[in-house]
Amino acid sequence: MDLSVSIGSLRLANPLIAASGCFGYGVEYADIVDLSSLGAVAVKGLFLAEREGHPPPRIVETPSGMLNAIGLQGIGVRRFVAEKLPELRERRAVVFVNICGSTIDEYGEIARVLSDHEGVAAIELNISCPNIKEGGITFGCSLTGTHAVVSAVRKVTRLPVIPKLTPNVTDVASFARAAEEAGADAVSLVNTFLAMAIDVHTRRPRLSNIVGGLSGPAIRPIAVRMVYECRQVVRLPIIGIGGIASAEDVLEFMIAGATAVQVGTASFVDPFIWTKLLDGLRTYMARHGIDRLADVTGTIDTSKREQAWISS
Amino acid sequence: MPVDVDAAVISNTRLSEDYCVVALSAPAIAALARPGQFVMVKPARGTDPLLRRPFSIFEVLRDKAGAPAGISLLNKRVGTGTRLLYDLEAGARVACLGPLGRPFEPVDPPARAWMIAGGVGLAPFLTLGEALSARGTDTTLFYGARTASELYCVDRFERAGIRVFLTTEDGGRGGKGFVTAAVQGQLDLTPSGEPVHLYACGPTPMMRAAAAVAASYGRPCDVSLEQVMGCGLGGCYSCVVPVWDDAKPHFERSCIDGPVFDASRIAWEALAH
Repeated sequence: MDLSVSIGSLRLANPLIAASGCFGYGVEYADIVDLSSLGAVAVKGLFLAEREGHPPPRIVETPSGMLNAIGLQGIGVRRFVAEKLPELRERRAVVFVNICGSTIDEYGEIARVLSDHEGVAAIELNISCPNIKEGGITFGCSLTGTHAVVSAVRKVTRLPVIPKLTPNVTDVASFARAAEEAGADAVSLVNTFLAMAIDVHTRRPRLSNIVGGLSGPAIRPIAVRMVYECRQVVRLPIIGIGGIASAEDVLEFMIAGATAVQVGTASFVDPFIWTKLLDGLRTYMARHGIDRLADVTGTIDTSKREQAWISS
Repeated sequence: MPVDVDAAVISNTRLSEDYCVVALSAPAIAALARPGQFVMVKPARGTDPLLRRPFSIFEVLRDKAGAPAGISLLNKRVGTGTRLLYDLEAGARVACLGPLGRPFEPVDPPARAWMIAGGVGLAPFLTLGEALSARGTDTTLFYGARTASELYCVDRFERAGIRVFLTTEDGGRGGKGFVTAAVQGQLDLTPSGEPVHLYACGPTPMMRAAAAVAASYGRPCDVSLEQVMGCGLGGCYSCVVPVWDDAKPHFERSCIDGPVFDASRIAWEALAH
């Protein structure tokens, strides 16, 4: 059975990627997860400089989901390449580095730093974090901003460039198209949904940042729909993200059009989820006589549904 | 290295309408557990509630031959997850990941150990007290609650050879007032040349007061902090606490850098919220 998938020139052993912001710098999990068994590890979003992030409370649970407003606490890209990347290389992890900038120049500068180091497989552009005031989502919510960030990074690196898109726009597909036109190698979607929760007794927001991003199974059907919509308008590989917690969820995204997927919140609940997902994918392939998992991508059959609608 | 155990509930002893002790069959975790470490527990299947909850390991349970057989958790019903745990019956199964976190370091004689507990903050001190007693360290538990009916498991500590000093805010049992005032009173009676190591766990204001007492008497103090936690493994950066780092506050993860911290490192004014 062949579980491998291709993101442009990059070949991943399987479609499972640890989602950025949910897996630290990967090294935190090195003793309990065989990092080389994952398709890739997307490390926590990095700015050029260190950041402290927001004060707690940083998360709150909601029905079948959670809100977070971490605020991109991080060690900065230079400490990352000096302190974390060597261990990730030693563990033979395929590393996606998620980067975030306050300005377009900062994205370019970080990409240049990463391009000088062995062991980085791809750059994921965080233009979708809902929890910081400057940069990031400012670009991700504007078609020209998305195009400008992707173009700027494209110019300075030969590494695959993967913008991570926000669902907090009217039409995600148009952003996927802007990314494609600017030279992206793939798109990943979706980041979290801007949301909030209030303690009615104290009348205070439950997060220190007041608002945060919703993740978990609660968002999965919306994310599947967004992947499906993007598949209609771009030829780029799509990395599906949003509430994946089982092999069936992985397959749902792939059938909707995703080449690979990212798993985040579910690995908080079960840090050993990866082998279970791989086992589930193999079981599905055996049951349906599938030799190459990549063949599942985009195989959604809408014909009968459309016919049913027309004839009713 | 933590293990994830599908643990059977051996018993669930309700101590009051809010408190219970849940015993779990988890030999692999019990064998690895050190004082002050915690487990991440998912008391129900399904996605609501979605996340696990952190609990201090209250007891390491042993079989007749003395081999580690399980752990128990001291649970206080405050929200959805703790309510589910309170309602569990023997035979139920819960996902239990651990042991996790940086443990307490028990001191050796001639230093004495004073453990300061408020409310459910009692939880990490039975394993610590047993580890201290095993080293021959003279150990006292200062344990405070609002009323006498909210003091639990005192005999369990006495049986472990730990001296117990109780306080209640209404004076219904033990000394009247806050537990940290009792600690201060005892420090007043202790020559500064006699080493005493403080360990504190409880509500944030209590731990802050304990840290202030420790600092003013020049005594070392370790605190076990708990923040809302996402993963327990350092992946999510939810459970951070502000610590002083070269005179600058800095966020550290209480799951892997803690939950035990040197109290003098905590930026208490930034922690209170």
